[in-house]
Order: sequence, then C-alpha cells, then structure tokens
Amino acid sequence: MKRRSWPLLSVLAFGYAFLYVPILLLILYSFNESRLVTVWSGFSFKWYGELLHNRQLLDAAWLSVRIAAVNATIALVLGTLAANALVRHGRFRGRTGLELLLTAPLVMPDVIIGLSMLLLFVALQQTIGWPDGRGFSTITIAHITFSLAYVAVVVRSRLARMDASLEEAAMDLGARPLTVYRRITLPLIAPALLSGWLLAFTLSLDDLVIASFVSGPGSTTLPMVIYSSVRMGVSPQINALATLVVAVVALAVVIAGFSLRRR
Amino acid sequence: MKPRHASDEHRLSRLVNIGLPYLWLGLFFLLPFVIVLRISLAEPQLAQPPYTALWEWVEQGILQIRLNLGNFQLIREDDIYLAALLNSLWVALMGTLGCLLLGYPMAYAIATAPERRRIPLLMLIILPFWTSFLIRVYAWIGLLNANGLLNNFLLQLGVIDTPLKILHTQTAVYIGVIYSYLPFMILPLYANLTRLDPTLLEAAADLGCRPFRAFTRVTLPLSMPGIVAGSMLVFIPVVGEFVIPDLLGSPGSLMIGKLMWTEFFANKDWPLASALAIVLLAVLVVPFVLMQRLQQNDEDGRT
Repeated sequence: MKRRSWPLLSVLAFGYAFLYVPILLLILYSFNESRLVTVWSGFSFKWYGELLHNRQLLDAAWLSVRIAAVNATIALVLGTLAANALVRHGRFRGRTGLELLLTAPLVMPDVIIGLSMLLLFVALQQTIGWPDGRGFSTITIAHITFSLAYVAVVVRSRLARMDASLEEAAMDLGARPLTVYRRITLPLIAPALLSGWLLAFTLSLDDLVIASFVSGPGSTTLPMVIYSSVRMGVSPQINALATLVVAVVALAVVIAGFSLRRR
Repeated sequence: MKPRHASDEHRLSRLVNIGLPYLWLGLFFLLPFVIVLRISLAEPQLAQPPYTALWEWVEQGILQIRLNLGNFQLIREDDIYLAALLNSLWVALMGTLGCLLLGYPMAYAIATAPERRRIPLLMLIILPFWTSFLIRVYAWIGLLNANGLLNNFLLQLGVIDTPLKILHTQTAVYIGVIYSYLPFMILPLYANLTRLDPTLLEAAADLGCRPFRAFTRVTLPLSMPGIVAGSMLVFIPVVGEFVIPDLLGSPGSLMIGKLMWTEFFANKDWPLASALAIVLLAVLVVPFVLMQRLQQNDEDGRT
C-alpha cells in the first residue's frame, strides 16, 4: 500500500473536526441544565420538556413538515421529468435554455428568489385573483421551484450512468416505452429518486429566506421561529431542537443507506 | 384506453418531459425576474401593493407610462450601496478562497484514499449539509461569543488573557461562510479528481518527475474545471448571503443581501429592494455564464 502523506491526512482530520465539532457541542449543550449555554451545570432533559410545550414552535414544525413533504413529492416528479428530458431526448430545441433554468436556481441567492417569487404572487393576485393570500401554497410553490433543480441533478447523473441494455432488451421484446420506463427504468433509478426526495424535503425544511418573503400572516415555518428566537440570543431550547433535527436526519440517512445496500 | 403506437408514446413523453419542467420554471422562475425589473422602475407608495403602476390609461387612447429611475440613481449615488456590494464581493472571494484552501486537500485526500473508504468519507462531508443550515450557523454563535466555548477554552489553556472578540466581526462571517459552503467546494473537486487518469502521474514519475512537481504540473492544471465549478458554487450564492452576515457579522459592515432584506422588511421599500436585486443579478451574470460554459464543455467532452 502506498504511504499516505501526513500533512494531507492532518488537513483531512482538521476539516472533519471543523465540520463536526460545532454540531457535537450544540448537541452536548442541549443537555445542559443551565440557561447559560456556555456554562456546564449538570445533565438535564428540561429543555426537551420545554420544547414539547412550545405550542408556537410545534405548530411551525408541523407546517414546515407538511410543506416539505408536498414540495419534495412534486419536485421529485418535475425534477425527474427534467432529467429524462436532458438524458433521453438528446439535442432538442431549447435544451440550453432548460439547462440554464435548471442550473440557475442552484446558485441564485435566496433573497433574489424570495423577492421575485413574492412579486410574482402579488402580480398574479392583482391580475387573476390567485393566489388569494399567501401561506402554505405560495411557500410550497416557491420551494418546488428551487428543489426541482436539485432533484434533476441527482436523478440526471443516475440516469446517465445507467446501463441501457436492460431497457433495450425490453424494447426489443416489444414492451412499450411507458411500460419500459415504469418496469425497468424507475426501479433502477429508485435510489436516486429516494435521495432526490429526501434532499428536496430537507432543503424545504431548512429554508428561512424564501419562506419569509412568500409567507403570509398565520403561516410561520419552523426556520422562521428559530430565526426570531436566535436573534434574541442563544437559547438552550434551540439546542434541543437542533439535536432532534440532527437525530432525525442521521436516522433517515442510516435507513436510506441500509435500504440501498440491501438492493 | 385505445391502443397507441410507440412513436405516439415517444412524442407524448417528449412533450411531458420537456414541456412540464419548462412551463413550471418559466412561470415561477423566469417570469418573476421580469416583474422584479418592472417594479424596480416603480415608486413606493402607501397602498396595497406598495408600489405605483408603471402605466395607466389616463383617458381614451392615452397611455401614460411612468418609469422611475430614481432607485438606480440612489444606488449609484449613496455610498452605502456600493460599499455593501464591494463588501459582499470581498466576503464571497475570501470565503471561496478559504473553501478552496481547506477543500482541495480534503477532496484530494478522499479521492486518493482506498476505494472502499471513499464513499463513507464523502458521506461524512455531505451529512452536515443535510442538517439545518440555520442551526449550523447558530452553533457558531455559542462557540465564538465573548464568553463562548472557544474563548473559555483558550482562556483555560492560558493562550489568551482576555476574551477575543470574534463574534460580530468579519472573521466570524468568513468562518460561517467556509463552514456552510465547504461541501459545495469538495463535491465537484472530488468528482473531478477521481476522473483523472492515474497513468498520467505514473508517466510523470517514470520520467523522473518528483511527486510535488507532478502535482503542480499535472494534477492541478487538470483539476481546474473542478476548481472553477466549486468556486462558482460557493462564490455566487455567498454574494447574496443573508443569514450568515446577519447572525455572525458586525452590524456595521453590510452585505447586499442583508441590505435588500432591510429595505424590504424594515423600510417596506419594495421598488428599492427590487432595484438592488437587479443590480445583484447583473453582477452575478458574469460568474454564472462562466460556470455554465464550463459545465457545457465538460459534458461535451464526456459524450
């Protein structure tokens, strides 16, 4: 085996420490008894208890989860269609345009997406009367718009790497394109579909800026609650919440990893 | 359902696959920019919606158009906007360099690791990206505070005698940016580095080239597409970043994204916020086109 160089390995170790130490400390201090987030005064679950009684926060979390689920599902469909178009339909007219429209949301600053979506909704409401007020549906539409671009990236790379011979065989045996797609292609790209869905879900659950622009009164999402409480200063309840989020994400990744490995 | 020919199905699939994403993105991504441009030329007013119409029929057959260039004039003349824009570009540049300095060796180490370890190592890079961005930025507040964990730790070690002021400074913003965007740098770099042909390095070694020189003469130039792709994925969104400067930065040094937020939410000046968005977009067009070009070349090269 080739000898690995020490400087390289120490940079790698430093990098992982840099990525993980803040999160681990956050988790550790969520079990801290003291209100002061920086002084350790004993182990306690009390912030988790308070979290469970924070009505506003629970409502916001529920709203965010519903938005994230609807968003992920629709973004998965649209993103997969876009990936099909780019991988399967070769050099169609407007291909460059579609590529552009799928790359731009990946890097576009949130403030621009948020503001432009809001102005669109206001203009639409003025001209056609829809959407009547802002909330669940406007936030979901805004989230789908950038999530679908991420889904397209994930599904596209899987589709492009896929072995085409199975599809060709089914085609030669007389199966129709739609049947081939449903019976052969979809099962083969299923892992990418799962990670695309999960990615869209977490992107939506995580978004503060865009949701702040396009939400209306009475539709406060979880990041908006976290943000307003963080602005007041560090709070152990947020640490507890963060720990739960990390735990859920880690669990989802482990489950996804296992279910993919078994295939 | 009546039977259809395969070619009909193909045509239908083409229509759906290309048409639906186009329709959605055209309506909800492209059209909004036209409206932003329109409203950047309006004037604020106390009404619902809080901006004036650009055109109205004053009487039969007479269309009155009012374009207000005042917002752009204000942005040009008031130093605060230029300063915010320059500061945003500077922060994005420093953040990108920081991500590159840390991310390149990491991507290189992962790409040259034994094959079975690569995927787990990569997963560990992606995992934090799945947890909340807001929460990860928030974690740094507790770390960098004057009486925060880092200061307490350094005081205890005796490295410093007075707490360092890091939170609410530019340094904290750099740290936050590098921390949040590091995966965006590492992933394209890793993808690029694993595609490199190892025989090129062997050839260089056979010809008597030392490893470091082989790196600077072979690996580094060949990984340029990965460097540019990763840099753009970091640079472009950071220019418009709001959360990081808002939570970690000093109130004095403004970034354009934060300024837009303030104009919109605090001052309720939608036209000025729109004008700022247009300026920001104009600035970002150049790096975006660069990125797109590169991606196109990369794909053409592969097929």
